[in-house]
Amino acid sequence: MSTPRAAVVGAVAATCMALAGPAQAQLPSYGVGRPPTPEEIRAWDIAVGPDGAELPPGEGTAVSGKPVYDAKCAACHGATGREGPQDVLVGGQGSLATAKPLKTIGSYWPYATTVYDYIYRAMPFTQPESLTAAEVYGVTAYLLYLNGIIGERDVIDRRTLPQVKMPNRHGFVPDPRPEKFPR
Amino acid sequence: MTNGADDSGVGRRTSRRSFVRRLTVGGGALAAGLAGPARSPAAEPPAPADPTRELGHPVSPYGTRSRFETAVRVQARTPTSVASWTFTPLQDSCGIITPSALHFERHHAGVPDIDPARHRLLIHGLVRRPVVLTLADLERLPAVSRTHMIECSGNGLTEWATPTMPDVQRTHGLTSCSEWTGVLLATLLGEVGVEPAGLWVLAEGGDAAAMTRSLPIDKCLTDVLVAYGQNGEALRPEQGYPLRLVVPGWEGNTHVKWLRRLKVVAAPAQTREETAKYTDLLPDGTARQFTFVMEAKSVITFPSGGHRLPGSGLYELRGLAWSGRGAVRSVEVSTDGGRSWQAAELQAPVLRIAHTRFRLPWRWDGRDALLQSRCTDETGYVQPTLAELVAVRGLRSHYHQNAVQSWRVAPDGRVSNVHA
Repeated sequence: MSTPRAAVVGAVAATCMALAGPAQAQLPSYGVGRPPTPEEIRAWDIAVGPDGAELPPGEGTAVSGKPVYDAKCAACHGATGREGPQDVLVGGQGSLATAKPLKTIGSYWPYATTVYDYIYRAMPFTQPESLTAAEVYGVTAYLLYLNGIIGERDVIDRRTLPQVKMPNRHGFVPDPRPEKFPR
Repeated sequence: MTNGADDSGVGRRTSRRSFVRRLTVGGGALAAGLAGPARSPAAEPPAPADPTRELGHPVSPYGTRSRFETAVRVQARTPTSVASWTFTPLQDSCGIITPSALHFERHHAGVPDIDPARHRLLIHGLVRRPVVLTLADLERLPAVSRTHMIECSGNGLTEWATPTMPDVQRTHGLTSCSEWTGVLLATLLGEVGVEPAGLWVLAEGGDAAAMTRSLPIDKCLTDVLVAYGQNGEALRPEQGYPLRLVVPGWEGNTHVKWLRRLKVVAAPAQTREETAKYTDLLPDGTARQFTFVMEAKSVITFPSGGHRLPGSGLYELRGLAWSGRGAVRSVEVSTDGGRSWQAAELQAPVLRIAHTRFRLPWRWDGRDALLQSRCTDETGYVQPTLAELVAVRGLRSHYHQNAVQSWRVAPDGRVSNVHA
């Protein structure tokens, strides 16, 4: 599968030199598309990877996040993140190898940055992308605190969040399939 | 029996469907509707006794199916209907194409209402020429049409420990097959110029979940489609209108719908959907991640759970097989719980990474029978038994259940979901 990639990259280089589309057109062979503005990229580029490079300014602690959680999250996830009715967020550490595994942020999620990413993009369920950066940092800190991963007054921001060590950080393995079944 | 001959004649098809319907016990509407005119909805007049003596309906701008056709998607029991899924009625399907209106659904935050004139696709990150594209821009690019199945990796998740669901719709209906039309992602990536450090592509949807998945660049440069067409028209809203990814052979969640953004990156973003969800927990507490491929799988759709055979005699067993790794090479069928196997006939066309229809005549002697199918794909992979799968995965891996399905035919003709 590496051959097509090399071929495409080569073809692109050749195409760039051979053709120039209309002014501003970004796809050289077909003369369509325009470059995005920095504002457009900023507005849409909400994904936060494990290195946290995309994290915005701002900060929060479990203390600052608790009232936000109580007001906007507890109705679906329970007073302490353990009660549901929607996804249980707290607890379950040590349960993954048992007959009743409980997959929560604390027991299962390998990266703390994912907590920030997901809360901002998709929560609260009926008001996605409505929380401020400080609110998301706060709720993230509160959920990490409820899971026993950070202290109540630890500051979570763009520098500290990627450094949080999640309990199941090394719990994932690559796909070994196709499996060989003894017959 | 091959080439769909028995599905192409209108009269034959009608009789087949009413035949199947007579066998159906599940569903009050169907069961109550066996006596002809009484089947029509109460508020509407019955069909004419002799349609050759009355004028029919006038021409119409956009067709609908007959009011007597009742196959529908059914919703999973989830707390909300906007973060939920529906199953395709495989028991009512014929051929290999799923009607767009019956394609299974999986939404994480509802179906967005998107004006195609305002929709944009942003491609950026580790590329030389980041770009914003309109649908009109995308339609200018070279188009391809490919027939592919899509299967949710949660298909069959209820069936690991016990036979739970009553019918093939709910055991296997999170797969559907369409002809998809769009631009190869390789074309787009070639145009924007991927930097050498760009090894993954983060795809993001324009729904209220802004659903995101990371895909390896090699797959993106091979056969991934940025699709705007499905079965000859625009995508249905619940299938990603106006733009979605089709990632042939990979789990449904990667086929990001309502696609608004592709960011070329150096490493996976480790999104919620590729860490907390869509990872396969093993008995030792570790979990497999990035289990993209949907392995070979098959199921008998007639007879299947909820059907009732009226008596012993000659039947045609029918089913569907597919593989995320390529074409289905063969399907074998057992009527005795796997003690003996017979090769089924594959109906042309047999397409790569698409539903493949199989058939086998069967004379039922009226005694207890255990129907199974197992397929082999072009790589030589053989669909495992549930015991083989559980021996490797345990009972908690949730996703990627592709085991052989068993249907019991009882002496009274009732067909039920069992573990053999």
